[in-house]
Amino acid sequence: MRRSILAISMLAAAAALPGAAAADVLDRIKERGTLVVGVKTDYKPFGFRDPSGAIIGIEPDMAAEVAKKLGVKLELVSVVSANRMEFLKQGKIDLMIATMSDKPERRKVVQVIEPLYYSDAVNVLLSDKVKVTKWEQLKGAKLCGTTGAFYNKDVASQYGTDIISFDGSEKPLIALKQGNCIGYLYDQTFIAGKLLDDEWKQGYHMPLPGIMETPWAIAVAPGEDRFAKMLSDMTKAWMKSGQIIALEKKWGVKPTDYSERMHKEYKGS
Amino acid sequence: MEGFYDWFRWLYDATGINLTIIYDAFDRKRMISGFWMTVRLCLICIALSVAIGVVGAWLQGSRLKWTRRGVQTFIALFRDTPPLVQIYFFYFGLGALLPRVENAYGIPEPVLTNVQWAVLSLSLFAGAFNVEIFRSGIEAVPKATVEAAEALGYSRLRAYIHVVLPLAFRICLPALNNNIVNLVKTTTLAYAIAVPEMLYVAKQIWSDATNVPEMMVFLLLAYVFLVGWVVWVMGRIERALKVPGIGL
Repeated sequence: MRRSILAISMLAAAAALPGAAAADVLDRIKERGTLVVGVKTDYKPFGFRDPSGAIIGIEPDMAAEVAKKLGVKLELVSVVSANRMEFLKQGKIDLMIATMSDKPERRKVVQVIEPLYYSDAVNVLLSDKVKVTKWEQLKGAKLCGTTGAFYNKDVASQYGTDIISFDGSEKPLIALKQGNCIGYLYDQTFIAGKLLDDEWKQGYHMPLPGIMETPWAIAVAPGEDRFAKMLSDMTKAWMKSGQIIALEKKWGVKPTDYSERMHKEYKGS
Repeated sequence: MEGFYDWFRWLYDATGINLTIIYDAFDRKRMISGFWMTVRLCLICIALSVAIGVVGAWLQGSRLKWTRRGVQTFIALFRDTPPLVQIYFFYFGLGALLPRVENAYGIPEPVLTNVQWAVLSLSLFAGAFNVEIFRSGIEAVPKATVEAAEALGYSRLRAYIHVVLPLAFRICLPALNNNIVNLVKTTTLAYAIAVPEMLYVAKQIWSDATNVPEMMVFLLLAYVFLVGWVVWVMGRIERALKVPGIGL
């Protein structure tokens, strides 16, 4: 009896497989009635949790617009830099809007939506006691970092810093507070956001110029051309209407040069 | 050597198998240092945990009630909590309470580094198991043997060192081997507090190069090699210590 159930379930699984492969992600989202989006939850104000535990921020707002356009419910999944591309590849999320910098090696793994929706630089949140003006002065210094950030390796090999990295952005910040490192190497927008917090206003600063400006990309699983086309059109519409600048203002971020440049470029089109 | 590296670059272009740890100098260097960090962690933690086991088992047989209770509490605390929780507790919890020293920038820095915390926490974790493992060995030593030693004028400590422990050690070796193998695998948890051992380095590399499957396979093979080596050494020790005729 047990064996026959097993055989039947295996047959059913085998029969389901080709069907799943043929339908694209848009069909699956519509069938399911929910759009599953991977966002950050430790990246204020792009994706973070409110006191009730709900995920809010600029990227959740963008995800909500995509869900609205598709006419389905929205489900947000918390991702970190180290697992976001794997989640997308495995189909655990349909769409990733998770502060991901656009890199050639990432384009081999996921499908990036053009035009790129945002852009940011790399900087260090340093203790006030560290008086530096050039990146070269950080040679041999111990910096905390986040595992999965693309620039960890570049900064370590270019400036000779010693980077100790943790999962997410909470733990490196605790490690910085406790004196396990002298600064936190991360995205400039994130650090600027932290410096607005009462907790970090005193005793910390960002004295260095931003480096390695890189655009951020929304991504879908490879081969999902129909979904990608739709998202690309939506991004263009956002740039045209100034939606991204409006979201930045709504969440208290100073609009970046990139956002303003893109708005100007698409406004006329 | 360049030709050898080029072949792996070609392998990446041709098949998509991306072994940056071979052809990329930066990744190669950090993986080699990660391997040695794992080896160092293993050796130090094995030595410390066996020492904790020997001393703990001795104290467990103490005539003083509070010493016995102290050992029991230690075992309960470190055997019954997950090792990852212990590592986080030590590094982020206890680390914040320790005295600090000022570094070159004038920033107060904790006295223990992440590597030292990892060594401490892993040794205590495995040590708690070792106490019980050694106890199992001690209890298997026939009472008559201990009494014979006492009759010959051995004190409790001397009898422990010269009679009980050598026999107990042989009896509990298989269980001890198990625990040591487990300890070697548990060292990967040190990645959580950024100890640059193999798993940590592999994670950094696959975040940069997105070669997750390759690094996973590499890690698996590396640990098979490492644990295989540990098992081989322990097997040698077991054979060398064999006492013919007493069935141990």
